[in-house]
Amino acid sequence: MKVEVRLFATFREGRGKKIYVEMDQPTPIKLLESIGILEEDVAILLINGRDGKFDQEINDDDYLSVFPPVGGG
Amino acid sequence: MYGYNGKYLRINLRTREVKVETLDLDIAKKFIGGRGLGTKFMMDEVDPKIDALSPENKLMVVTGPLTGTATPTGGRYMVVTKSPLTGTIASSNSGGFFGAELKFAGYDMVIFEEKSEEPVYINIVDDKVEFKNASHLWGKLVGETTDELQAVHGEKSKVLTIGPAGENLSKLAAIMNCKDRAAGRSGVGAVMGSKNLKALVVKGSNKVGIKDPDALKVVFKESVKKIRENGVSGEGLPTYGTAILVNILNENGAYPCNNFQTSYDENADEISGETMKDKYLVKKTACYRCPIACGRWCSVDGEEMPGPEYESLWSFGSDCGIHDLGEIIKANNWCNELGLDTISAGCTLAAAMELRQLDIVKAEEINGTPLEFGNAASVVEWTKKMAYRDGFGDKLAEGSYRLTEMYGRADLSMSVKKQELPAYDPRGIQGEGLQYATSNRGGCHVRGYLISPEILGLPEKLDRFELDGKAVWAKAFQDLTASIDSLGMCLFTSFALGAPDYAELVNAVCGTEHTEESIMEAGERIWNIEKMFNLESGIAPSEDKLPRRLLEEPIPEGPSKGWVHKLDQLLPEYYAVRGWSEIGIPTDERLNKLGLK
Repeated sequence: MKVEVRLFATFREGRGKKIYVEMDQPTPIKLLESIGILEEDVAILLINGRDGKFDQEINDDDYLSVFPPVGGG
Repeated sequence: MYGYNGKYLRINLRTREVKVETLDLDIAKKFIGGRGLGTKFMMDEVDPKIDALSPENKLMVVTGPLTGTATPTGGRYMVVTKSPLTGTIASSNSGGFFGAELKFAGYDMVIFEEKSEEPVYINIVDDKVEFKNASHLWGKLVGETTDELQAVHGEKSKVLTIGPAGENLSKLAAIMNCKDRAAGRSGVGAVMGSKNLKALVVKGSNKVGIKDPDALKVVFKESVKKIRENGVSGEGLPTYGTAILVNILNENGAYPCNNFQTSYDENADEISGETMKDKYLVKKTACYRCPIACGRWCSVDGEEMPGPEYESLWSFGSDCGIHDLGEIIKANNWCNELGLDTISAGCTLAAAMELRQLDIVKAEEINGTPLEFGNAASVVEWTKKMAYRDGFGDKLAEGSYRLTEMYGRADLSMSVKKQELPAYDPRGIQGEGLQYATSNRGGCHVRGYLISPEILGLPEKLDRFELDGKAVWAKAFQDLTASIDSLGMCLFTSFALGAPDYAELVNAVCGTEHTEESIMEAGERIWNIEKMFNLESGIAPSEDKLPRRLLEEPIPEGPSKGWVHKLDQLLPEYYAVRGWSEIGIPTDERLNKLGLK
């Protein structure tokens, strides 16, 4: 399965805005590890724009959005 | 005297009488300062029913006990008055360096009364307070006004001023200080303009008294450490400023576009914080004693200018369907120069674009200047027209509610209590929507920033669609924010600090015995007195509402597709949590408990 991972803020450094990761039975934690992002560095994990869990099952056409700690207002 | 100076200025603009009055410290401590103290004075001295632009209104520039101290971000002040935009109490917060300087001059606040016959400005140097003719400054932009006043009174003087928007009584006018910091919302600049008061210049040579300097050093170190170690205040805001929120809100599908017609923008990244940092950012700036430094400066077409913040990027950007970041930065800068609130200005333009889209506003009315979603080239021109009330700009200057009401379509104004909503679609963030509806100054995100738990996960992550518990969160955030706004600190510290930290800071400075509970109770007291002012001004409890679109039109696409806001399910619990009546009126019992009866 090929999964779209959208990257934001400092996660883009050296990786670009978006990565497609090829993986069997992917979970967010495995997908992120494969591109060098650790769970503890992620502040916001969204799957299809909804709050995601790191061990959640990923289905065809799902996409991830990941942010380090950022915010403001 | 610790924290407070214990005195304030009362300046009558008609008679030119200047009085130095003694601050009742018991009242000051009960309402803390800033927003709370100003509202208490408004309640005691001004009939809430008056016309906000009449001489009977008062304009109060109020610091907090921590303003001008070594407290991190301790440079904030509040402008408190009755709003010409909303008819509610207005309290607009600003950073920069003006608030601290006012404290150094020896005053906790300045109260302006009545109206000058001719344009004036006031120059304060410690004990010396003088009226100055401002006819030569009337009509000038904020930058040139500030430069001219500093040329006369010295570069160390701090200048608070209105631009042409305030002079022309635009209900969207801000009061600016240090050129690019704004007491932005609720049309406070129009109140200043209505008084023929162009500027307030201040220079002080005193220090704010500190009760326990050793304790303050310890608490200061601890609080700065917390701010620096927090991912948002220590890294996210310093690196990207507030603009980083563009992608966060958009990825959640709670990012309003085209006047809230939808809430997902596939081109949002073109105007994101990341793009701004890569292509436009030239430097970062900080307000007085701020370890966060969220301020940005950008370069557009070879010219460097301040900003923009997230809200402005959004209001002139996606809410107007625009993705030309350079033009948005320019429009933001024009708002600073003209003295306009960027949120209300951009949102009013978006509402006008929808009126034009529906052919309700006819082509002949706009005299050849394009008024359509996505047309970046005309945004700066409309911003100027809005400030100068030029042509159709005269209607824009009234804000989106009055504009759309003129055409019988007030439902197209995305506002609460006539003040434009900021950059978060409440259909996808249910708690924030409750907060919008109940905000005492109308549509506003900084009266209780539930984006923090519902989107950013601070202090814990809440499900943004869940209704249970949101009333309790809304009240807690609103009360804590009221206290922070009154202390003289920046709300951004609350990503890292909590009520116990604020209690320790104010105790070290003032020698008070605040606790977490008393900080929260002071905030609740302030919230309730604001509500009482609004009720007495004629704002019905039924004004705690959201635009019809947000209650009835589901978000058509993106991650929050299908959602509307469920205010009717949230309000009863909120009123119960507040101890108010079923229709949202503070009960005598609650007011007694808070010492407001």
